[in-house]
Amino acid sequence: MTKEVRMVSASGILGYGFPEASLKKAMTVKPHMIGVDGGSSDPGPHYLGSGKTLVSPMVMKRDLRLLLREATGAGIPMMIGTCGGAGGEPHLQTTARLVREIAREDGLHFKMALIHSEQDKGSLKRALKENRVQALGAAPPLDEGMIDRAERIVGMMGPEPHRKALEEGAQVILAGRGTDPSPWVALATHHGVATGPAWFAGKLLECACNAAIPKKHDCLMVTVTDDYVEAEPANPELRCTPLSVSVQALHETASPIIRREPGGIVDTRDCVMQVLSDRRVRISGMKWTPAPYTVKLEAVEKVGYSTFTFAGTRDPGLIGQLDSFIEMVTQSSHTKVAALGIARDSYKIVFRLYGKDGVMGALEPIRDRVSHEIGILAEVIATSQEIASAALALVRVTLLHSDFPGRLCREGNMAFPFSPSDQERGAVYQFSMQHVVATDSPTSMFPIEYESI
Amino acid sequence: MAKLKEIAKACKSKNAGPFELTLDVMFDDLATFEKVRASGVINPALVARLYGVKESEVLFTVYPPALAFKATIPRRIASGAIGDTDIYGAQQHALLLDLEVPI
Repeated sequence: MTKEVRMVSASGILGYGFPEASLKKAMTVKPHMIGVDGGSSDPGPHYLGSGKTLVSPMVMKRDLRLLLREATGAGIPMMIGTCGGAGGEPHLQTTARLVREIAREDGLHFKMALIHSEQDKGSLKRALKENRVQALGAAPPLDEGMIDRAERIVGMMGPEPHRKALEEGAQVILAGRGTDPSPWVALATHHGVATGPAWFAGKLLECACNAAIPKKHDCLMVTVTDDYVEAEPANPELRCTPLSVSVQALHETASPIIRREPGGIVDTRDCVMQVLSDRRVRISGMKWTPAPYTVKLEAVEKVGYSTFTFAGTRDPGLIGQLDSFIEMVTQSSHTKVAALGIARDSYKIVFRLYGKDGVMGALEPIRDRVSHEIGILAEVIATSQEIASAALALVRVTLLHSDFPGRLCREGNMAFPFSPSDQERGAVYQFSMQHVVATDSPTSMFPIEYESI
Repeated sequence: MAKLKEIAKACKSKNAGPFELTLDVMFDDLATFEKVRASGVINPALVARLYGVKESEVLFTVYPPALAFKATIPRRIASGAIGDTDIYGAQQHALLLDLEVPI
């Protein structure tokens, strides 16, 4: 008799919500765990840099409360990957604080594991010296400067740290940054399911009902054995079809047929889909090929401080000479900023021109027409907020009051929607590392703390 | 002749990590997918030309289970870095929409 493991993913991201009725429905199949992915690098570098959570704690708490209640009631693990959006230490701690609050409020008791994924700079420098760090793709090799400049560095854990926490009897597992499928892969392999189907199940589950139609933030139920994976949405209004499942295989990944994971490769070239009902699909034929264990790094550097303003123009005379006008404003602003004694290399001016090429930038092929109105987003990024705001104010005044040939509106010639017009954005970051660290131990970079709640 | 936006069921772009962009074109019937595949107009050279990358930088997959073509390319600016216009990479599919497909 093949071992059968049933797992639930509550939603695409913790805090994106799910219908309570769906979770109740999912619990009726007696799942071995419920989990949810907490994060993504998709919303950009701000979250890893600032330590702020992607979803507001108030919203996360609603989802967490429902999940904790069901999991503790059924005596099954609740597992969350990449807590708080970016999976750094502040993100993990914010999520843990919410769990402790809920437990106190609802009188729940369990053993909790916190799996940390922030990497200290000293250990990374040692890995660098031992030639254990490799660049991915066309990225430059890692150097000590890049490590020193990083605001925060996380490693992307595989399933092994989760599995260790399960073996230690943790009922609630909150993890820092990891590959999205890792909680489910850990649970399935913990119960003895083969690695290939376990990874496939994890990939289906990480975005929950992204694998179903119509697409919705809702609960997905997956059954996995050594031979196949079956997927069905908990909500009777949703369906899993071969196409919807294949769409999830394409999601946010470089290749739908070869997925590189921390300890190997998932190969889905020979997968076969079988329709079991109009809402349930069985997939078989996925293969797992082990490869040397590597942990991917994610890091951000602070690049400065930003201030921006937004204005619109409806002046055909100005729009007709937009490029030369913006160039003139840029040069004139540089002259005024220099008069403040601010060095040219301590700030940058960036324009985005909506209605012209604000989305595609230099790749925009449509060059022979612009809109009858143009939105101008002017930004200054500088070494301090003070410089950014001072320089941006000069850019704004120059936009408003500069002359151009044929100007008819002799007053300020720009429509600003807000007062104050300038907005300070604080510190801004950029992703910096595209590297993997080779390691013999999939768990050594991810210390686990246990806590009795 | 038809434009891609008239015959595709989905045409989308999205980040695949902060440094890569992935483009998916999907169809809802096998016959159209096969005709488009046979026409050969969706290929790595097209993606390289539209997105200003080298052909060798295009990871291109034809994926019949989803009646899909997928191309993954380096982002011109890392997600959220100075000057980026599209943090999620969510609007970069636009360059594919008017592609003329001889079917």
